[in-house]
Amino acid sequence: MKQYDVVVIGAGATGASIAWRLSHYDLQVALVDRCADASFGVSKANSGIVHGGFHHSADSTLKAKLELEGNEMFDALQKELDFEFTRCGILVVAYSDEELPQLQKLYERGVANKVPGIEMCDRPRLLELEPKLTDAAVAGFFVPRGGVIEPYGYVFSLVESAELNGVEFWRNFQVVSAEKEGDFRTLTAADGRKVQARFVVNAAGLYADEVSRICGGEEFEIRPRKGEEYLLDRTSPGRPSKVIFPVPTPCSKGMLVIPTAGGTTMIGPSATMVDDKEENSTTQPEREIIFEHSKKMVKGICERDLVAAFSGLRPVLPGNEDFFIARSEKASDLIQAAGIQSPGLTASPAIGVYVKNILADCGIELKEKSAPRKILPPKNRARELTPEELDKLHADEKLASRIICRCEFISEAEIVAAVRRGHVTLDGVKFRTRAGMGRCQGGFCAPKIMQIISRESGIPMEELTKRGPGSELLVGKLGSLEVK
Amino acid sequence: MKQINCDVAVIGAGGAGLSAAAAAAAQGKKVAVIDREESCGGVLCQCIHNGFGLRYFNEELTGPEYALRMERCARESGAEILLGETVGAVKRNSDSTFEATLYSVANGVSKLNTKAVVFATGCRERTRANIAVPGDRSAGVYTAGSAQKLMNLTGMLPGRRAVIVGSGDIGLIMARRCRWSGIEVAAVVEILPEPSGLPRNIAQCLRDFDIPLLLSHRCARIIGRNRVEAVEIENLITKERFTYQCDTVLFSVGLIPENELLKSMGVAMNPATGGPCVDGSCQCALPGVFAAGNSLHVHDLVDFASIEARRAGMAAAEYASSGKLPEAAAVVACSKTLKYAIPNKCVPGTACEFFFRPTVSCAKAKLTALADGVGIAQKMCVSVRPAEMLAMKAEIPANAAKVQFHLEECK
Repeated sequence: MKQYDVVVIGAGATGASIAWRLSHYDLQVALVDRCADASFGVSKANSGIVHGGFHHSADSTLKAKLELEGNEMFDALQKELDFEFTRCGILVVAYSDEELPQLQKLYERGVANKVPGIEMCDRPRLLELEPKLTDAAVAGFFVPRGGVIEPYGYVFSLVESAELNGVEFWRNFQVVSAEKEGDFRTLTAADGRKVQARFVVNAAGLYADEVSRICGGEEFEIRPRKGEEYLLDRTSPGRPSKVIFPVPTPCSKGMLVIPTAGGTTMIGPSATMVDDKEENSTTQPEREIIFEHSKKMVKGICERDLVAAFSGLRPVLPGNEDFFIARSEKASDLIQAAGIQSPGLTASPAIGVYVKNILADCGIELKEKSAPRKILPPKNRARELTPEELDKLHADEKLASRIICRCEFISEAEIVAAVRRGHVTLDGVKFRTRAGMGRCQGGFCAPKIMQIISRESGIPMEELTKRGPGSELLVGKLGSLEVK
Repeated sequence: MKQINCDVAVIGAGGAGLSAAAAAAAQGKKVAVIDREESCGGVLCQCIHNGFGLRYFNEELTGPEYALRMERCARESGAEILLGETVGAVKRNSDSTFEATLYSVANGVSKLNTKAVVFATGCRERTRANIAVPGDRSAGVYTAGSAQKLMNLTGMLPGRRAVIVGSGDIGLIMARRCRWSGIEVAAVVEILPEPSGLPRNIAQCLRDFDIPLLLSHRCARIIGRNRVEAVEIENLITKERFTYQCDTVLFSVGLIPENELLKSMGVAMNPATGGPCVDGSCQCALPGVFAAGNSLHVHDLVDFASIEARRAGMAAAEYASSGKLPEAAAVVACSKTLKYAIPNKCVPGTACEFFFRPTVSCAKAKLTALADGVGIAQKMCVSVRPAEMLAMKAEIPANAAKVQFHLEECK
């Protein structure tokens, strides 16, 4: 049985960031996830915001402290890992005079948190920063260090870089038991595979309560709060240049208009408590509310530009709106990283460091690797390269200039690279490369991508899935069904 | 980087593009047809059923046969066909010629210079998201054309029991295709009170197989965490809701002309068609740029697309020779009973053929053309429905400034 110093449970932004951080040290580390790929839980479906650090007090919450630290870490991370990230800035906008006291309060919190460059704006200044705001915009403030990130691209980059530097990633590994024996805890997956760990990090998102219980840690409950999001075509005239926030409500940062890092426009999310951790449906009433709200915020938003609808779940720790990141008081080999909802993505780089320090306090020896770090190969995104660059690349990599996804302009080489890195589901390839994410939603390219996945991975077509077992895309070969 | 020069470049080697290329090459021009696929025909390749070619070739053909005929026409006229080449961008040079950037495995990135360009880029299918069907994001949700491609070109079965949303022709054809392959079809669900597809397809694809067609019903929700398990259907008249167990949902809910390249060139678009505004020679508002086939407006039959494209090809050849075409000074307008009239402008003193999409259904209607208020042509149309395009030829008087079309129901 494989033995590790640390096993991180959960390959979302939190777990991936922790595993990536640990990959800098001479440690045996594994990252396990219940899903078919990294980022397939909370991290796949969220707003993709790098927050500005004004929603929560840095004096009284850990999340605000980590959010502020994490925000500043993204430039260096992007440079090394090459994911989509832009500091486009955030505008928080009041759309009525009644919202002004709350806006002022939020601004003052930002000032107290020492948010760099935060600026109160009257209406003329607001419109100068974002001409697409509607006539209802009264006043607001600007946070220049806020931005947008492609969340799954970020998580995939962290995981791939961690793998390249020695971390072992176990997919479809749903932990069902965790027996402690001597110095090691044996984690058993639903399919019977086992790994052993000296320390376990619980970064299991929606299932952090279950993992904690299985490991004999604290008893708590994670409750999902659903958010629906609607994605508009990259040609939508409603794409603002900055993230537009309303003045928040007590349970959510409100519905936003987001110029995504991928070049589209996203509106949402809603916020509804649900009971089921796999409830990912969209609904007509929420869609209507989201469109109504966002049309009041930004000009040019229209249902006609809708290309995709999805929902995500926030892992909420009821009664504790802060993150719960600490060594367990009940199981000494367990580090908890639970309740990581917004601004968890922003905080994730800092969470990686924070958990590494907790592990150091636990007595784990952290010796930096002496060998130079292995760097991920360039992503060579066709849509970002000039024709000259792509033509040059073609000399060595013939498939770099065959365009498979015409809406997002993704080459066959990009898809092949994704499959060879282990992304063998249709969604895995889609989120890793953006192929199939555009206006035709894979109508043209999905059959081709399925053939490429099958060819490169050796998985027969009829066994390919959308996102893991149970979501098979096809049922068999033509001729295999009885014709009545 | 490879450099190609030609007089007329045609983007898309489907039923429209090949026809345009054949027509332009027949004028003695150097013509290049570019297509991203490895073979000609576009969507015709997956349309293995018959019903093509009656108007253009006077013969009933399957999609691949039609494509092959058209390819032969283009090649025999002398057009060069560049396959496996994706056009990434088209821009207008300062000398009014055009430069297209081509991407392929064989040649890497190439630049193509041309005097005129015909866009015959076809259309794409509207998706589940475009009509905002809520519910789970399950596997087993396909557009009808995507499922058709999976079955007819890759030889795979998308599911065991399907519900088809929308009664467009592709959906109807797929209902029959499913049954022929052993896939049950629970129902075809149509939001409108009448079917969207051609009557012959309703008869041959649904009635012959006893497949229920639910008119005035909509797909209200898709259910299934991993793979589709059921769909919730709403009767729009009674508001009653019920579910159908199925593992597959096929969407056949309309087509959208693919014009992202044209749009990026800043060409004026027509919101009623989703295609560009054109004159009688299929020329866009930008001289030297032409459009034909389903990227101009969605046609009922490929034959009509090919006929229209022939005009575009000939005009593009003429433009490549002379650098200009007669000015289309007369503006075209239509009554509310017509969704659109194509072309949007025409040349006074010439004969011009117009195409219309009615917004109304009726047994009999009169279509009238007026030039500056004076009647110039009229025609009786029978069994008028939005699903069927109307056509009319008219002699445009010299000095005409406005041509107006009216469709009036005859009681």
